[in-house]
Amino acid sequence: MLQEQELKTFVEGTTNYFEVAAQQPASIGSPYLSEGSPAVHDYTGVINISGKREGVVYFTAPRAMLTVLLMKMQENDFSHETMRDLVGEVANTISGNARRDFGRDFVISVPNVLAGEKPEIPMVPGSRSFVIPINWRSHSAKLIVSLK
Amino acid sequence: MSENGSIMNGSNGSARRSFKLMIVDDSNIMRRRIERSQQFDELELIGTAGNGLEALELFRKADPDVVTMDLTMPQMDGIECISKLVELKPAIRILVISALADKATAVEAMEKGANGFLNKPFTDRQLNEAIADLIRE
Repeated sequence: MLQEQELKTFVEGTTNYFEVAAQQPASIGSPYLSEGSPAVHDYTGVINISGKREGVVYFTAPRAMLTVLLMKMQENDFSHETMRDLVGEVANTISGNARRDFGRDFVISVPNVLAGEKPEIPMVPGSRSFVIPINWRSHSAKLIVSLK
Repeated sequence: MSENGSIMNGSNGSARRSFKLMIVDDSNIMRRRIERSQQFDELELIGTAGNGLEALELFRKADPDVVTMDLTMPQMDGIECISKLVELKPAIRILVISALADKATAVEAMEKGANGFLNKPFTDRQLNEAIADLIRE
């Protein structure tokens, strides 16, 4: 079962990105449990976790949110590749935070970026997913944590 | 050209040191962000690289004095690249800019020869303070 501290680490990694990179904090919506693979947005950064725990953590965001985030970062390239790059950077930050807090008991992969509404996200059989809405300005993304 | 940069004349005629900068990161966004945000007249950007192998190639062509270095990159990661750059030019100054926030990673990078460590994400101010520490040591 997912520990509260583990969840907190992933959530803080995500919100910290918005607070520092865009200078505007994100807020957290009410988390909920989901069976199977929760629906994702346009761009998804996936981190695989093995070792002490097994599963996946992913950050998924709509193109509109990423566009505004890029604008806040003074970026003027809004291409598909840049969107992929950005969602990978957010996932990278979540991964880095997790390594700091969990140490070497958790083996955390380099993020893999997927685009489209129905990407193949590897789920651990029998695990349930915590879905944490990440609200920023008028947009909403999701952090999904599925660990066994 | 000295091993620690070259001397240039400032607008008031005073001599000051200039440094050739190389940015190494597999993210285009991060490379552009670092280029845009650094505010030092004494830094001249000589190029950017998307991984350690490209960085070594650029090093051979342009002989940078100061490097910002990501760690997690394809083909050759930052730790290996730091070792090779320090071997080629012991006086090179390297600022690691990475999302890897654990102490063990920072210690490993410093042991290989990095001079500073900045966690991603970062503000412009944090970046400029870290670069200032690097070039004004």
